Amino acid sequence: MNDLRVNTLESEAIYIMREVAAQFEKPVLLFSGGKDSITLVRLAQKAFWPAKIPFPFLHVDTGHNFPETIEFRDRLAEELGIELIVRNVQDNIDAGKVIEETGKYASRNMLQTETLLDAIEEFGFDACIGGARRDEEKARAKERIFSVRSDFGEWDEKNQRPELFDLLNGKIELGQNVRVFPISNWTELDVWSYIEKEDIEIPSIYFAHKRNVFLRDGMIWSAQDDIVYREEDEEVVEMEVRFRTVGDMSCTAAVPSDAATITKVVDEIRKSTISERGARIDDKRSEAAMEKRKQQGYF
Amino acid sequence: MEVLKIATAGSVDDGKSTLIGRILYDTRSLTDDKLEAIERTSKQKGFDYLDFSLATDGLVAEREQGITIDVAHIYFSTAKKSYIIADTPGHVEYTRNMVTGASTSQAAIILVDARNGVIEQTYRHFFINNLLKVKDIIVAVNKMDLVDFAQEKFDAIKTEISELATRAGSKQNITYIPVSALNGDNVVDASSNTPWYNGQTLLAHLEGLEAQDVYEESVARLPVQTVIRPKTDEFHDFRGYAGKLYGGSLAVGDEVTVLPSKTASKVKDIYFFDKKYQEAARGTSINVTLENDINISRGDIIVKSSELPKEAKQIDTKICWMDANNLVVGKKYLIQQGANVIAAKVAGIDSVIATDFSGETPATELKLNEIGNVSLKLAKTLFYDTFEENKTTGSFILIDPQTNNTSGVGFIQ
Ligand SMILES: Nc1nc2c(ncn2[C@@H]2O[C@H](COP(=O)(O)OP(=O)(O)OP(=O)(O)O)[C@@H](O)[C@H]2O)c(=O)[nH]1
Ligand SMILES: [Mg+2]
Repeated sequence: MNDLRVNTLESEAIYIMREVAAQFEKPVLLFSGGKDSITLVRLAQKAFWPAKIPFPFLHVDTGHNFPETIEFRDRLAEELGIELIVRNVQDNIDAGKVIEETGKYASRNMLQTETLLDAIEEFGFDACIGGARRDEEKARAKERIFSVRSDFGEWDEKNQRPELFDLLNGKIELGQNVRVFPISNWTELDVWSYIEKEDIEIPSIYFAHKRNVFLRDGMIWSAQDDIVYREEDEEVVEMEVRFRTVGDMSCTAAVPSDAATITKVVDEIRKSTISERGARIDDKRSEAAMEKRKQQGYF
Repeated sequence: MEVLKIATAGSVDDGKSTLIGRILYDTRSLTDDKLEAIERTSKQKGFDYLDFSLATDGLVAEREQGITIDVAHIYFSTAKKSYIIADTPGHVEYTRNMVTGASTSQAAIILVDARNGVIEQTYRHFFINNLLKVKDIIVAVNKMDLVDFAQEKFDAIKTEISELATRAGSKQNITYIPVSALNGDNVVDASSNTPWYNGQTLLAHLEGLEAQDVYEESVARLPVQTVIRPKTDEFHDFRGYAGKLYGGSLAVGDEVTVLPSKTASKVKDIYFFDKKYQEAARGTSINVTLENDINISRGDIIVKSSELPKEAKQIDTKICWMDANNLVVGKKYLIQQGANVIAAKVAGIDSVIATDFSGETPATELKLNEIGNVSLKLAKTLFYDTFEENKTTGSFILIDPQTNNTSGVGFIQ
């Protein structure tokens, strides 16, 4: 990896983190235990060292996450001594505020939005730092670094604030919040290269391992019958796989891989001819799946 | 390997998005799933060609209308460089988004439809790129396939823009390339349809740009974003001033002055994360400590004592207005320059500047998308450079305190 590029992106992200701490009263870092949010945590550490990261972490737990990620999430927050707030989608389902999807493609991914908006209101967060990247998806490619959301969490994609040079305007009205994306300009390869260069620990499911899976629509799904719906004729097989992106188990497919080390993962990503979100069924629902979710308050 | 940021410019439908899609396609930067999506949608729309604008036009409204509304940021790398391309909208209504994309770019590709030649929007975008001091300008004369690759068409546009550049007193490096974004002529691969053109292809030109062709050179400016005080046992007295260094470099032992207090000190340590460095270079987000205990807060600027900026309570600026509510004399705004936010009042509007460089007309207000000469009266002394000298300390945004909107961008003269 070339250092000039990583250094540029790293300094940009640190600059953004510091703007958040200075401009907002109650920022929060959305932390899922996935590689992008782990990268954010490292950048936040760098931005404020030798002081502690000056904001808590928030995870919206769908209840369908990989156990390895959850374990990792708890441990990292503990090690850093940062408050970790967890809010569960299950609570909203139990309260009848949202309805669980059913059927073959059922996923809790959409339901996260409600829980996130509730948490923002509960704690009065005015800025939420997220690990979304513009290279991930075509609607994300349109997002500002400071993205203003209404009190309903809505993204007004046709009327975004201009963002000049690196001047970030975080002024908002009470009730509004800003979604902040410090690694907007990073590509998937940048993130992996950074993890390699910085020797950052990540959950084991990102590396090749043997797993019971089944195949559907040309994709590889975890055979975890309590969470991922499986038809009777969808046969379970053991394969060597890894995950490129880690979201909800029910919408994140594995990829066949023998990349068991970070160096091999970086190499695999460099040669890949499929995009990261190619493994996310939530984006395949329609052309505009991501844009629609963002309008409703999703990341 | 360096990162080159480029923005597209030019009138609506001149082919900006198509060109970016074509570059991605010809450099094999589109992943299989993205390419399949473009194939599928092109077919659905009934095209017998691949509509490459779909690679960047990501919003539903953009795809429906076939236009770009907001900037898309696109990433790709060659063996030589890595690129960030801001594909901007051509429609005049979305000029603020075009300015957003252009403001962080070191190079601009201005497209001109070979059939229509240089039109009002071409002038405006050329003007904005000039105002922003974008150093490298590539005029891509597009849709050459629709004019039978006629050299006269290309030459006429070249002459017209050269004249414009002279009138503008442009110091930019301007290159002209005849292309067909749709078919790929002279984009990544040289075209056999333009035997009369012996310059480089678009990509070859970008690959050849050197740092001095595109990056700003100036003196060191360190706007303090936040003061780091850990108050732990280990770092009990630590007081770090965190910010991104713009312009030149800063070294341990440098004599510095802190503004606005004008207190002098010396750089004690330069940290990047937990490591100390002897010197920091342009663009790095550092954390510095000083020899003396002085009172510094967000918005202050640390500079070398031998390189003091100017100071004033009233400034002459050029402002590009981006709000539907007009800028009028007497109205108050907040100006944000680096990490520094101060109240300002519009003292006078001198004139509106014609974006074809034909002159200035007296005015009493600035309307959406207009650019004018405006003087601002400030609540506190501002320490600044002209935009010509330093992009960071020479520019600011205007925030309307009633709407919180970023209403305009200013360039200090
Ligand atoms: N024949 C021909 N058509 C082209 C060429 N380049 C673009 N087009 C067509 O011109 C139309 C507009 O192209 P876009 O790429 O969307 O234009 P744009 O400049 O991005 O437009 P805005 O972003 O809305 O300002 C589309 O129908 C393209 O297919 C070209 O080189 N030759
Ligand atoms: Mg376009």
